[in-house]
Amino acid sequence: MNKYVRRALIAAVWIGLWQGLMLMVGLPKLLPGPADTLRAWIALAGTGEFWLSVGMTLLRVAAGYLCAVAAGILLSVLCWRFRTAEEFLSPIRSVIRATPVASIIILVYLWIAKGRVPVFISFLMVLPIVWTGVQEALAGVDSQLREMCRAYRFTKKQTARYLYLPAVRPALIAACVNGLGFAWKSGIAAEVIATPDLSVGKYLNDAKVYLEAADLFAWTLTVVLLSMALEKTLKAVMRRKGEKP
Amino acid sequence: MIRVEDVSFSYPGKPVFSHLDLTLPDAGIAALMAPSGYGKTTLLRLLAGLEAPASGRITGLENRKTAFLFQEDRLLPWLTAEKNIALVSDAERAAYWLEKMEIDGGQYPRAMSGGMQRRVALARAMAFGGDVLLLDEPFKGLDEALRDRIAGRIRDVFPLTVLAVHDPEEAALMGAQILRLDAGRNG
Repeated sequence: MNKYVRRALIAAVWIGLWQGLMLMVGLPKLLPGPADTLRAWIALAGTGEFWLSVGMTLLRVAAGYLCAVAAGILLSVLCWRFRTAEEFLSPIRSVIRATPVASIIILVYLWIAKGRVPVFISFLMVLPIVWTGVQEALAGVDSQLREMCRAYRFTKKQTARYLYLPAVRPALIAACVNGLGFAWKSGIAAEVIATPDLSVGKYLNDAKVYLEAADLFAWTLTVVLLSMALEKTLKAVMRRKGEKP
Repeated sequence: MIRVEDVSFSYPGKPVFSHLDLTLPDAGIAALMAPSGYGKTTLLRLLAGLEAPASGRITGLENRKTAFLFQEDRLLPWLTAEKNIALVSDAERAAYWLEKMEIDGGQYPRAMSGGMQRRVALARAMAFGGDVLLLDEPFKGLDEALRDRIAGRIRDVFPLTVLAVHDPEEAALMGAQILRLDAGRNG
């Protein structure tokens, strides 16, 4: 069977189950079916505000994500290279990882403008993923190859380019792919709490407040589709650059 | 002359040399021979400057460029054979030594047999050039016919070649002066 037909059939089964569940519950105001959700989505997508909100949310998440990747790489090199830096900075990483994201969002909401909260939260959630992944990869670089570079008088630039970068690349890519999902989910969660203007999170929150379950489902569908599109785009970009995502 | 004078060396919990004295010729080919565990590899590492003696000294190698063939091939797995070699020399020398070693330079190490990887590592050491060539088990994984051909091609390239081998036939093949490491070991 053609893979597209198979996928379409699987999707049809899940949509059928959703419809069946909706009919069983019998409360479309609380659990809308696929048709109601699609109608709500089409109505939303017909407005300029929808696309502007999606664009702004993407922009916020992307800003936080890209800053986190850059900072994560920088911190990983710093902590790998200097023991003092590792001792000084690693507690921050542990605190970020251990603190529930909702607590951080609420705290940050008190400190900075609400439009920046999702940027900061996406940044904070991705930072330890990249930081840890790259630092572990740096520490795991084959010591025999390091010695070979020394014996053959590689310059620092050559060692970085031909030994460390290729050795660290798979871990960096894995961290980037994993981090993207975290950035997206935490960014939206931050928007739901901070409700900045023109944001997917604000509309999700509004739908909850006004008990518009169909809108809530439509926005959630948007979030899921965008997340999948982002991941596929990232993987496609990496494939084009010859990397294995 | 290269002199190893009263050199002691240990790895953590494992003494290797205690007050070792040895003289290597200034030019030519010398083969370090000893049973396994007597420190042939360690001595090559000391000569290459990759380890420092705990006491004693090594003289005669100052300001001399050393090419080292490790016991392991240590090729960068993400580079082709040609790039592994060109990285320590240039494209022309890489092509020359690849031909001498009968290797297709476009292959990646993971696609090569152990013997082929060994020859790439050997080609890299040869292409690196210098005054002293240190070879640790250079013919590991090579069949006899290939070993004989390769030995003939690497024999007289460097002013001084020091190899660590366990097979006297390989030393003879290189026309090497044999230095018994166990004879110079004290304590």
